[in-house]
Amino acid sequence: MIYMDYQATTPCDPRVLKEMLPYFCEIYGNPHSSTHAMGEEAATAIEKARKQVANIIGTVDTKEIIFTSGATEANNLAIQGIAKFYKERGNRIITSEIEHPCVKETCRALAREGFDVVFVPVSDNGIIDLDFLSKSLTDKTILASIMTVNNEIGTIQPIDEIGKLCREHGVIFHTDAAQAIGKIPVNTENVDLMSISGHKIYGPKGIGALYIKGKSRLRLAPLFHGGKQERGMRSGTLPTPLCVGLGIACEIAQKEMKEEFERLLKFKNYFLKKIFDNLPKVYLNGDKEKRIPGCINLSFDGVEGEGIMLGMNDICVSSGSACSSQTLEPSYVLQAISIREDLAHSSLRIGFGRFTTMEEVDYVASKIIEVVNRLRSMSPIWEGQ
Amino acid sequence: MQYSKKVMDLYKNPKNVGTFDENDANVGTSVVGAPSCGDVIKLQIKVDENGCISDAKFKAFGCGAAIASSALITDWVRGKNLDDAKQIKNKEVADYLSLPPVKLHCSVLAEEAVSKAIENYKSKQKKTEE
Repeated sequence: MIYMDYQATTPCDPRVLKEMLPYFCEIYGNPHSSTHAMGEEAATAIEKARKQVANIIGTVDTKEIIFTSGATEANNLAIQGIAKFYKERGNRIITSEIEHPCVKETCRALAREGFDVVFVPVSDNGIIDLDFLSKSLTDKTILASIMTVNNEIGTIQPIDEIGKLCREHGVIFHTDAAQAIGKIPVNTENVDLMSISGHKIYGPKGIGALYIKGKSRLRLAPLFHGGKQERGMRSGTLPTPLCVGLGIACEIAQKEMKEEFERLLKFKNYFLKKIFDNLPKVYLNGDKEKRIPGCINLSFDGVEGEGIMLGMNDICVSSGSACSSQTLEPSYVLQAISIREDLAHSSLRIGFGRFTTMEEVDYVASKIIEVVNRLRSMSPIWEGQ
Repeated sequence: MQYSKKVMDLYKNPKNVGTFDENDANVGTSVVGAPSCGDVIKLQIKVDENGCISDAKFKAFGCGAAIASSALITDWVRGKNLDDAKQIKNKEVADYLSLPPVKLHCSVLAEEAVSKAIENYKSKQKKTEE
Protein backbone atom coordinates (compact mmCIF):
# COMPACT_ATOMS: atom_id res chain seq x y z
CA MET A 1 0.00 0.00 0.00
CA ILE A 2 1.34 3.43 -0.93
CA TYR A 3 0.13 6.36 1.16
CA MET A 4 -0.16 9.66 -0.73
CA ASP A 5 -2.79 11.47 1.26
CA TYR A 6 -0.60 13.52 3.59
CA GLN A 7 -3.08 16.42 3.65
CA ALA A 8 -5.73 14.19 5.19
CA THR A 9 -3.39 13.03 7.90
CA THR A 10 0.15 11.88 8.45
CA PRO A 11 1.55 8.81 10.19
CA CYS A 12 2.88 9.48 13.66
CA ASP A 13 6.68 9.69 13.43
CA PRO A 14 8.25 6.88 15.52
CA ARG A 15 10.48 9.53 17.14
CA VAL A 16 7.34 11.31 18.31
CA LEU A 17 5.75 8.16 19.67
CA LYS A 18 8.93 7.32 21.59
CA GLU A 19 8.80 10.65 23.44
CA MET A 20 5.11 10.19 24.23
CA LEU A 21 5.23 6.69 25.67
CA PRO A 22 6.53 7.41 29.21
CA TYR A 23 3.60 9.77 29.76
CA PHE A 24 0.98 7.05 29.57
CA CYS A 25 1.90 4.58 32.34
CA GLU A 26 4.86 6.09 34.16
CA ILE A 27 4.52 9.86 34.34
CA TYR A 28 0.76 9.90 34.60
CA GLY A 29 0.24 12.62 37.19
CA ASN A 30 -2.31 15.31 36.51
CA PRO A 31 -0.30 18.23 35.13
CA HIS A 32 -2.61 20.58 37.02
CA SER A 33 -1.83 18.90 40.38
CA SER A 34 1.02 21.20 41.19
CA THR A 35 1.09 20.07 44.82
CA HIS A 36 3.02 16.87 44.24
CA ALA A 37 6.02 15.63 42.30
CA MET A 38 4.06 13.46 39.85
CA GLY A 39 1.93 16.40 38.76
CA GLU A 40 4.96 18.64 38.63
CA GLU A 41 6.77 16.26 36.31
CA ALA A 42 3.84 16.17 33.86
CA ALA A 43 3.51 19.96 34.05
CA THR A 44 7.19 20.37 33.20
CA ALA A 45 6.79 18.12 30.15
CA ILE A 46 3.81 20.15 29.00
CA GLU A 47 5.64 23.44 29.40
CA LYS A 48 8.52 22.07 27.34
CA ALA A 49 6.03 21.07 24.64
CA ARG A 50 4.46 24.53 24.77
CA LYS A 51 7.88 26.00 24.11
CA GLN A 52 8.43 23.70 21.13
CA VAL A 53 5.08 24.74 19.67
CA ALA A 54 5.85 28.41 20.24
CA ASN A 55 9.22 28.00 18.53
CA ILE A 56 7.89 26.71 15.25
CA ILE A 57 5.71 29.78 14.82
CA GLY A 58 8.49 32.10 15.87
CA THR A 59 7.21 33.26 19.21
CA VAL A 60 8.94 33.11 22.59
CA ASP A 61 6.08 33.71 24.98
CA THR A 62 4.67 30.28 25.84
CA LYS A 63 1.64 31.89 27.49
CA GLU A 64 0.44 32.59 23.96
CA ILE A 65 -0.08 28.87 23.28
CA ILE A 66 -3.23 27.04 24.35
CA PHE A 67 -3.59 23.31 23.79
CA THR A 68 -6.79 22.06 22.19
CA SER A 69 -8.05 18.73 20.87
CA GLY A 70 -7.04 19.66 17.33
CA ALA A 71 -7.35 22.32 14.66
CA THR A 72 -11.13 21.97 14.55
CA GLU A 73 -11.40 22.94 18.19
CA ALA A 74 -8.75 25.65 17.83
CA ASN A 75 -10.67 27.17 14.92
CA ASN A 76 -13.97 26.95 16.76
CA LEU A 77 -12.46 28.48 19.88
CA ALA A 78 -10.85 31.32 17.93
CA ILE A 79 -13.85 32.21 15.81
CA GLN A 80 -16.68 31.60 18.26
CA GLY A 81 -14.60 32.86 21.16
CA ILE A 82 -13.85 36.20 19.49
CA ALA A 83 -17.29 36.62 17.92
CA LYS A 84 -19.05 36.06 21.21
CA PHE A 85 -16.69 38.08 23.37
CA TYR A 86 -16.58 41.10 21.06
CA LYS A 87 -20.12 41.07 19.68
CA GLU A 88 -20.75 44.53 21.12
CA ARG A 89 -18.02 45.87 18.82
CA GLY A 90 -19.71 44.75 15.64
CA ASN A 91 -21.25 41.78 13.92
CA ARG A 92 -19.28 41.27 10.74
CA ILE A 93 -16.98 38.29 10.32
CA ILE A 94 -14.90 37.77 7.21
CA THR A 95 -13.67 34.44 5.94
CA SER A 96 -12.97 32.89 2.53
CA GLU A 97 -14.77 30.54 0.21
CA ILE A 98 -12.02 27.93 0.44
CA GLU A 99 -11.69 27.54 4.20
CA HIS A 100 -11.71 24.11 5.78
CA PRO A 101 -15.23 23.01 6.83
CA CYS A 102 -14.40 23.59 10.50
CA VAL A 103 -13.97 27.30 9.76
CA LYS A 104 -16.73 27.55 7.16
CA GLU A 105 -19.32 25.76 9.24
CA THR A 106 -18.40 27.68 12.39
CA CYS A 107 -18.96 30.92 10.47
CA ARG A 108 -22.23 29.60 9.04
CA ALA A 109 -23.40 28.74 12.55
CA LEU A 110 -22.61 32.30 13.64
CA ALA A 111 -24.50 33.63 10.60
CA ARG A 112 -27.55 31.70 11.83
CA GLU A 113 -27.12 33.50 15.14
CA GLY A 114 -27.28 36.84 13.37
CA PHE A 115 -23.65 37.61 12.51
CA ASP A 116 -23.01 39.14 9.11
CA VAL A 117 -20.57 36.67 7.56
CA VAL A 118 -18.75 37.58 4.35
CA PHE A 119 -17.17 34.79 2.30
CA VAL A 120 -14.37 36.39 0.30
CA PRO A 121 -13.91 34.77 -3.11
CA VAL A 122 -10.60 33.55 -4.49
CA SER A 123 -9.17 34.14 -7.96
CA ASP A 124 -8.93 31.23 -10.37
CA ASN A 125 -5.46 30.49 -9.02
CA GLY A 126 -6.88 29.84 -5.56
CA ILE A 127 -5.45 32.98 -3.98
CA ILE A 128 -7.74 35.24 -2.01
CA ASP A 129 -9.09 38.38 -3.69
CA LEU A 130 -7.38 41.06 -1.60
CA ASP A 131 -9.42 43.85 -3.16
CA PHE A 132 -12.66 42.21 -2.17
CA LEU A 133 -11.29 41.53 1.29
CA SER A 134 -10.16 45.08 1.73
CA LYS A 135 -13.57 46.44 0.70
CA SER A 136 -15.29 44.08 3.12
CA LEU A 137 -13.43 45.44 6.14
CA THR A 138 -15.95 47.82 7.68
CA ASP A 139 -15.98 49.42 11.12
CA LYS A 140 -18.49 46.73 12.07
CA THR A 141 -15.98 43.98 11.29
CA ILE A 142 -14.58 42.22 14.35
CA LEU A 143 -12.75 39.23 12.90
CA ALA A 144 -11.22 37.88 9.71
CA SER A 145 -10.27 34.22 9.42
CA ILE A 146 -8.23 33.19 6.38
CA MET A 147 -6.26 29.95 6.12
CA THR A 148 -2.49 30.00 5.52
CA VAL A 149 -2.37 27.01 3.16
CA ASN A 150 -5.38 25.39 1.52
CA ASN A 151 -5.85 21.72 2.28
CA GLU A 152 -7.18 20.71 -1.15
CA ILE A 153 -5.06 22.62 -3.64
CA GLY A 154 -2.09 23.63 -1.49
CA THR A 155 -2.13 27.33 -2.35
CA ILE A 156 -0.39 29.73 0.02
CA GLN A 157 -2.33 32.86 1.00
CA PRO A 158 -0.64 36.25 1.48
CA ILE A 159 -1.05 36.11 5.24
CA ASP A 160 1.21 39.07 6.05
CA GLU A 161 -0.66 41.36 3.68
CA ILE A 162 -4.02 40.23 4.99
CA GLY A 163 -2.83 40.66 8.56
CA LYS A 164 -1.63 44.20 7.85
CA LEU A 165 -4.90 45.11 6.16
CA CYS A 166 -6.80 43.82 9.16
CA ARG A 167 -4.64 45.74 11.58
CA GLU A 168 -5.18 48.98 9.65
CA HIS A 169 -8.89 48.47 10.12
CA GLY A 170 -8.69 47.33 13.73
CA VAL A 171 -9.90 43.86 12.81
CA ILE A 172 -8.71 40.78 14.69
CA PHE A 173 -7.00 38.33 12.34
CA HIS A 174 -7.07 34.56 12.72
CA THR A 175 -5.42 32.03 10.43
CA ASP A 176 -5.84 28.28 10.27
CA ALA A 177 -2.24 27.18 9.73
CA ALA A 178 -2.85 23.43 10.05
CA GLN A 179 -1.58 22.74 6.52
CA ALA A 180 1.28 25.23 6.68
CA ILE A 181 3.16 24.39 9.87
CA GLY A 182 6.34 22.48 9.20
CA LYS A 183 5.97 22.96 5.45
CA ILE A 184 6.71 26.64 5.02
CA PRO A 185 8.10 29.21 7.46
CA VAL A 186 5.27 30.62 9.52
CA ASN A 187 5.40 33.54 11.92
CA THR A 188 2.90 35.43 13.98
CA GLU A 189 4.02 38.96 13.32
CA ASN A 190 0.84 40.00 11.53
CA VAL A 191 -1.45 37.41 13.07
CA ASP A 192 -3.56 37.64 16.23
CA LEU A 193 -4.65 34.01 16.39
CA MET A 194 -3.32 30.89 14.71
CA SER A 195 -4.54 27.28 14.71
CA ILE A 196 -2.19 24.30 14.68
CA SER A 197 -2.84 20.59 14.29
CA GLY A 198 -0.78 17.65 15.57
CA HIS A 199 -1.69 14.91 13.13
CA LYS A 200 -0.83 16.95 10.04
CA ILE A 201 2.79 17.20 11.17
CA TYR A 202 3.53 13.57 12.11
CA GLY A 203 2.25 14.04 15.65
CA PRO A 204 -0.64 12.24 17.29
CA LYS A 205 -4.31 12.74 16.42
CA GLY A 206 -6.43 14.47 19.04
CA ILE A 207 -4.14 17.40 19.80
CA GLY A 208 -3.72 20.88 18.41
CA ALA A 209 -3.03 24.36 19.64
CA LEU A 210 -4.24 27.88 19.35
CA TYR A 211 -1.82 30.79 19.37
CA ILE A 212 -3.28 33.91 20.94
CA LYS A 213 -1.13 37.02 20.64
CA GLY A 214 -0.37 38.40 24.08
CA LYS A 215 0.24 41.90 22.79
CA SER A 216 -3.27 42.04 21.33
CA ARG A 217 -4.74 41.45 24.80
CA LEU A 218 -7.51 39.33 23.37
CA ARG A 219 -10.20 37.69 25.40
CA LEU A 220 -12.08 34.65 24.18
CA ALA A 221 -15.41 33.30 25.30
CA PRO A 222 -14.55 29.67 26.17
CA LEU A 223 -16.24 26.72 24.50
CA PHE A 224 -15.96 24.53 27.61
CA HIS A 225 -16.62 25.37 31.21
CA GLY A 226 -14.76 23.59 33.93
CA GLY A 227 -11.57 23.76 35.94
CA LYS A 228 -10.28 26.87 34.14
CA GLN A 229 -7.19 25.18 32.74
CA GLU A 230 -5.32 27.00 29.95
CA ARG A 231 -6.03 30.33 31.65
CA GLY A 232 -9.75 29.69 31.61
CA MET A 233 -9.94 29.58 27.84
CA ARG A 234 -9.92 25.81 27.54
CA SER A 235 -11.01 23.85 30.57
CA GLY A 236 -10.15 20.18 30.82
CA THR A 237 -7.15 18.19 32.01
CA LEU A 238 -4.42 18.39 29.43
CA PRO A 239 -3.50 15.07 27.78
CA THR A 240 0.19 15.00 28.69
CA PRO A 241 1.29 12.36 26.13
CA LEU A 242 -0.49 14.18 23.30
CA CYS A 243 0.92 17.57 24.28
CA VAL A 244 4.41 16.05 24.44
CA GLY A 245 3.77 14.48 21.03
CA LEU A 246 2.72 17.78 19.47
CA GLY A 247 5.75 19.48 20.97
CA ILE A 248 8.31 17.04 19.64
CA ALA A 249 6.50 16.88 16.30
CA CYS A 250 6.92 20.67 16.02
CA GLU A 251 10.58 20.46 16.98
CA ILE A 252 11.34 17.79 14.36
CA ALA A 253 9.30 19.55 11.67
CA GLN A 254 11.08 22.82 12.34
CA LYS A 255 14.51 21.22 12.24
CA GLU A 256 13.86 19.33 9.01
CA MET A 257 11.63 21.78 7.19
CA LYS A 258 14.10 23.28 4.76
CA GLU A 259 15.54 19.99 3.63
CA GLU A 260 12.12 18.40 3.42
CA PHE A 261 10.77 21.28 1.32
CA GLU A 262 13.57 20.78 -1.23
CA ARG A 263 13.06 17.03 -1.29
CA LEU A 264 9.31 17.32 -1.89
CA LEU A 265 9.86 20.02 -4.51
CA LYS A 266 12.02 17.58 -6.47
CA PHE A 267 9.32 14.94 -6.19
CA LYS A 268 6.68 17.38 -7.36
CA ASN A 269 8.66 18.51 -10.38
CA TYR A 270 9.50 14.95 -11.39
CA PHE A 271 5.92 13.77 -10.91
CA LEU A 272 4.34 16.62 -12.86
CA LYS A 273 6.82 16.31 -15.71
CA LYS A 274 6.13 12.61 -16.05
CA ILE A 275 2.35 13.13 -16.00
CA PHE A 276 2.36 16.07 -18.43
CA ASP A 277 4.81 14.31 -20.78
CA ASN A 278 2.57 11.28 -21.00
CA LEU A 279 -0.98 12.56 -20.75
CA PRO A 280 -2.58 15.41 -22.69
CA LYS A 281 -5.21 17.66 -21.12
CA VAL A 282 -4.22 17.37 -17.49
CA TYR A 283 -4.56 20.54 -15.43
CA LEU A 284 -2.83 21.57 -12.21
CA ASN A 285 -5.40 23.20 -9.93
CA GLY A 286 -4.27 26.25 -7.98
CA ASP A 287 -1.45 28.73 -8.48
CA LYS A 288 1.64 27.26 -10.16
CA GLU A 289 4.09 29.00 -7.83
CA LYS A 290 2.37 30.03 -4.61
CA ARG A 291 1.86 26.51 -3.35
CA ILE A 292 3.42 23.93 -1.08
CA PRO A 293 5.24 21.19 -3.01
CA GLY A 294 3.64 18.26 -1.18
CA CYS A 295 0.08 18.91 -2.33
CA ILE A 296 -0.71 18.29 -5.98
CA ASN A 297 -4.25 18.65 -7.25
CA LEU A 298 -4.79 17.59 -10.86
CA SER A 299 -7.81 17.33 -13.15
CA PHE A 300 -7.74 14.67 -15.84
CA ASP A 301 -10.05 15.67 -18.70
CA GLY A 302 -12.45 12.92 -19.74
CA VAL A 303 -12.28 10.69 -16.69
CA GLU A 304 -13.88 10.78 -13.28
CA GLY A 305 -11.79 10.99 -10.10
CA GLU A 306 -13.29 8.15 -8.16
CA GLY A 307 -13.02 5.99 -11.25
CA ILE A 308 -9.27 6.65 -11.33
CA MET A 309 -8.89 5.88 -7.63
CA LEU A 310 -10.70 2.58 -8.06
CA GLY A 311 -8.16 1.54 -10.66
CA MET A 312 -5.26 1.93 -8.26
CA ASN A 313 -6.51 0.59 -4.98
CA ASP A 314 -3.00 -0.06 -3.74
CA ILE A 315 -2.55 3.72 -3.61
CA CYS A 316 -4.22 6.11 -1.14
CA VAL A 317 -5.04 9.50 -2.68
CA SER A 318 -8.22 11.56 -2.60
CA SER A 319 -10.55 13.18 -5.10
CA GLY A 320 -12.75 16.26 -5.29
CA SER A 321 -15.29 14.39 -7.37
CA ALA A 322 -18.88 14.20 -6.18
CA CYS A 323 -18.70 10.44 -6.29
CA SER A 324 -16.13 10.34 -3.57
CA SER A 325 -18.31 12.41 -1.27
CA GLN A 326 -21.53 11.47 0.42
CA THR A 327 -23.27 14.61 -0.77
CA LEU A 328 -22.87 14.16 -4.55
CA GLU A 329 -21.52 17.71 -4.72
CA PRO A 330 -18.04 18.19 -6.14
CA SER A 331 -15.42 19.96 -4.04
CA TYR A 332 -16.40 23.51 -3.05
CA VAL A 333 -12.75 24.55 -3.31
CA LEU A 334 -12.57 23.50 -6.96
CA GLN A 335 -15.90 25.25 -7.57
CA ALA A 336 -14.50 28.38 -5.93
CA ILE A 337 -11.57 28.47 -8.37
CA SER A 338 -14.11 28.26 -11.21
CA ILE A 339 -12.72 25.25 -13.01
CA ARG A 340 -15.00 23.60 -15.57
CA GLU A 341 -17.62 21.56 -13.74
CA ASP A 342 -16.64 18.24 -15.27
CA LEU A 343 -13.00 18.91 -14.33
CA ALA A 344 -14.01 19.21 -10.68
CA HIS A 345 -15.26 15.64 -10.95
CA SER A 346 -12.03 14.66 -12.69
CA SER A 347 -9.69 15.69 -9.90
CA LEU A 348 -7.19 13.83 -7.78
CA ARG A 349 -5.23 15.16 -4.84
CA ILE A 350 -1.84 13.51 -4.49
CA GLY A 351 -0.02 14.28 -1.26
CA PHE A 352 3.68 13.68 -0.66
CA GLY A 353 5.24 13.72 2.78
CA ARG A 354 8.05 12.68 5.09
CA PHE A 355 7.93 8.98 4.30
CA THR A 356 7.35 9.27 0.54
CA THR A 357 10.14 7.84 -1.61
CA MET A 358 11.17 8.60 -5.19
CA GLU A 359 10.28 5.02 -6.17
CA GLU A 360 6.75 5.59 -4.90
CA VAL A 361 6.43 8.88 -6.75
CA ASP A 362 7.52 7.20 -9.97
CA TYR A 363 5.22 4.21 -9.47
CA VAL A 364 2.18 6.35 -8.71
CA ALA A 365 2.78 8.53 -11.77
CA SER A 366 3.02 5.42 -13.98
CA LYS A 367 -0.08 3.92 -12.45
CA ILE A 368 -2.10 7.11 -12.93
CA ILE A 369 -1.01 7.31 -16.58
CA GLU A 370 -2.04 3.70 -17.14
CA VAL A 371 -5.45 4.02 -15.45
CA VAL A 372 -6.30 7.38 -17.05
CA ASN A 373 -5.46 6.01 -20.51
CA ARG A 374 -7.63 2.96 -19.92
CA LEU A 375 -10.58 5.02 -18.65
CA ARG A 376 -10.23 7.57 -21.43
CA SER A 377 -10.48 4.77 -24.00
CA MET A 378 -13.92 4.01 -22.61
CA SER A 379 -15.08 7.56 -21.93
CA PRO A 380 -17.86 9.01 -24.12
CA ILE A 381 -16.70 12.56 -23.44
CA TRP A 382 -13.14 11.74 -24.48
CA GLU A 383 -14.25 10.26 -27.84
CA GLY A 384 -12.57 11.83 -30.83
CA GLN A 385 -9.95 13.63 -28.70
CA MET B 1 -16.12 3.67 -1.39
CA GLN B 2 -16.62 0.01 -0.59
CA TYR B 3 -17.92 -1.81 -3.65
CA SER B 4 -19.01 -5.39 -4.04
CA LYS B 5 -16.79 -7.88 -5.83
CA LYS B 6 -19.21 -7.81 -8.78
CA VAL B 7 -18.73 -4.05 -9.24
CA MET B 8 -14.97 -4.40 -8.97
CA ASP B 9 -14.88 -7.26 -11.49
CA LEU B 10 -16.98 -5.32 -14.00
CA TYR B 11 -14.89 -2.18 -13.43
CA LYS B 12 -11.63 -4.03 -13.99
CA ASN B 13 -12.81 -6.07 -16.97
CA PRO B 14 -15.79 -4.26 -18.36
CA LYS B 15 -17.61 -6.18 -21.05
CA ASN B 16 -19.19 -4.50 -24.04
CA VAL B 17 -17.09 -1.35 -24.17
CA GLY B 18 -17.17 0.23 -27.61
CA THR B 19 -19.30 1.92 -30.24
CA PHE B 20 -21.40 1.08 -33.27
CA ASP B 21 -21.93 3.26 -36.30
CA GLU B 22 -24.57 5.74 -35.21
CA ASN B 23 -25.85 6.09 -38.75
CA ASP B 24 -26.67 2.40 -39.07
CA ALA B 25 -30.48 2.11 -39.22
CA ASN B 26 -30.35 -0.95 -36.96
CA VAL B 27 -28.52 0.90 -34.21
CA GLY B 28 -30.15 2.86 -31.39
CA THR B 29 -27.98 5.34 -29.50
CA SER B 30 -28.46 7.23 -26.26
CA VAL B 31 -26.32 9.58 -24.22
CA VAL B 32 -27.58 10.22 -20.69
CA GLY B 33 -26.25 12.16 -17.73
CA ALA B 34 -24.06 15.25 -17.88
CA PRO B 35 -20.32 15.88 -17.54
CA SER B 36 -21.08 18.58 -14.98
CA CYS B 37 -22.78 15.98 -12.80
CA GLY B 38 -19.88 13.59 -13.06
CA ASP B 39 -21.71 10.82 -14.93
CA VAL B 40 -22.26 10.27 -18.65
CA ILE B 41 -23.28 6.98 -20.21
CA LYS B 42 -23.39 6.43 -23.95
CA LEU B 43 -25.24 3.22 -24.77
CA GLN B 44 -25.92 1.62 -28.13
CA ILE B 45 -28.05 -1.34 -29.15
CA LYS B 46 -28.03 -3.26 -32.43
CA VAL B 47 -31.39 -4.77 -33.35
CA ASP B 48 -31.78 -7.78 -35.67
CA GLU B 49 -34.55 -8.55 -38.19
CA ASN B 50 -36.63 -10.31 -35.49
CA GLY B 51 -36.69 -7.18 -33.33
CA CYS B 52 -34.27 -8.63 -30.84
CA ILE B 53 -31.19 -6.87 -29.47
CA SER B 54 -28.30 -8.77 -30.99
CA ASP B 55 -25.55 -6.70 -29.44
CA ALA B 56 -25.06 -3.76 -27.10
CA LYS B 57 -22.11 -1.50 -26.34
CA PHE B 58 -21.38 1.35 -23.97
CA LYS B 59 -18.92 4.02 -22.99
CA ALA B 60 -18.99 5.69 -19.60
CA PHE B 61 -17.54 8.71 -17.86
CA GLY B 62 -18.10 8.15 -14.19
CA CYS B 63 -17.28 6.24 -11.08
CA GLY B 64 -16.99 2.49 -10.67
CA ALA B 65 -20.74 2.11 -10.14
CA ALA B 66 -21.56 3.91 -13.39
CA ILE B 67 -19.14 1.74 -15.35
CA ALA B 68 -20.34 -1.49 -13.73
CA SER B 69 -24.05 -0.61 -14.16
CA SER B 70 -23.56 0.11 -17.89
CA ALA B 71 -21.46 -3.02 -18.41
CA LEU B 72 -24.07 -5.14 -16.67
CA ILE B 73 -27.13 -3.73 -18.42
CA THR B 74 -25.56 -4.05 -21.88
CA ASP B 75 -25.06 -7.72 -21.02
CA TRP B 76 -28.62 -8.16 -19.83
CA VAL B 77 -30.34 -6.59 -22.84
CA ARG B 78 -28.56 -8.85 -25.30
CA GLY B 79 -30.94 -11.45 -26.82
CA LYS B 80 -34.03 -9.67 -25.47
CA ASN B 81 -36.75 -8.12 -27.62
CA LEU B 82 -37.27 -4.39 -27.19
CA ASP B 83 -40.25 -4.70 -24.85
CA ASP B 84 -38.46 -7.11 -22.54
CA ALA B 85 -35.30 -4.98 -22.56
CA LYS B 86 -37.36 -2.00 -21.49
CA GLN B 87 -38.64 -3.97 -18.51
CA ILE B 88 -35.22 -4.13 -16.87
CA LYS B 89 -35.49 -1.95 -13.79
CA ASN B 90 -32.73 -0.04 -12.10
CA LYS B 91 -33.48 -1.87 -8.86
CA GLU B 92 -32.49 -5.19 -10.42
CA VAL B 93 -29.16 -3.68 -11.48
CA ALA B 94 -28.59 -2.09 -8.08
CA ASP B 95 -29.52 -5.27 -6.22
CA TYR B 96 -27.35 -7.48 -8.41
CA LEU B 97 -24.35 -5.18 -7.91
CA SER B 98 -25.19 -4.45 -4.23
CA LEU B 99 -24.78 -0.73 -4.94
CA PRO B 100 -24.56 1.50 -1.87
CA PRO B 101 -27.55 3.90 -1.53
CA VAL B 102 -25.48 6.92 -2.58
CA LYS B 103 -24.78 5.18 -5.91
CA LEU B 104 -28.33 4.21 -6.82
CA HIS B 105 -28.50 7.02 -9.38
CA CYS B 106 -25.90 5.17 -11.46
CA SER B 107 -28.33 2.28 -11.95
CA VAL B 108 -31.12 4.75 -12.73
CA LEU B 109 -28.90 6.25 -15.40
CA ALA B 110 -28.24 2.79 -16.90
CA GLU B 111 -31.97 2.05 -17.09
CA GLU B 112 -32.59 5.44 -18.70
CA ALA B 113 -29.81 4.77 -21.21
CA VAL B 114 -31.44 1.54 -22.38
CA SER B 115 -34.86 3.11 -22.64
CA LYS B 116 -33.55 6.09 -24.64
CA ALA B 117 -31.51 3.88 -26.96
CA ILE B 118 -34.66 1.89 -27.73
CA GLU B 119 -36.60 5.10 -28.40
CA ASN B 120 -33.84 6.31 -30.67
CA TYR B 121 -33.90 3.03 -32.61
CA LYS B 122 -37.70 3.17 -32.96
CA SER B 123 -37.73 6.75 -34.19
CA LYS B 124 -35.07 5.86 -36.77
CA GLN B 125 -37.17 2.91 -37.98
CA LYS B 126 -40.21 5.14 -38.27
CA LYS B 127 -38.26 7.59 -40.41
CA THR B 128 -37.03 4.83 -42.78
CA GLU B 129 -40.63 3.53 -43.11
CA GLU B 130 -41.82 7.01 -44.02
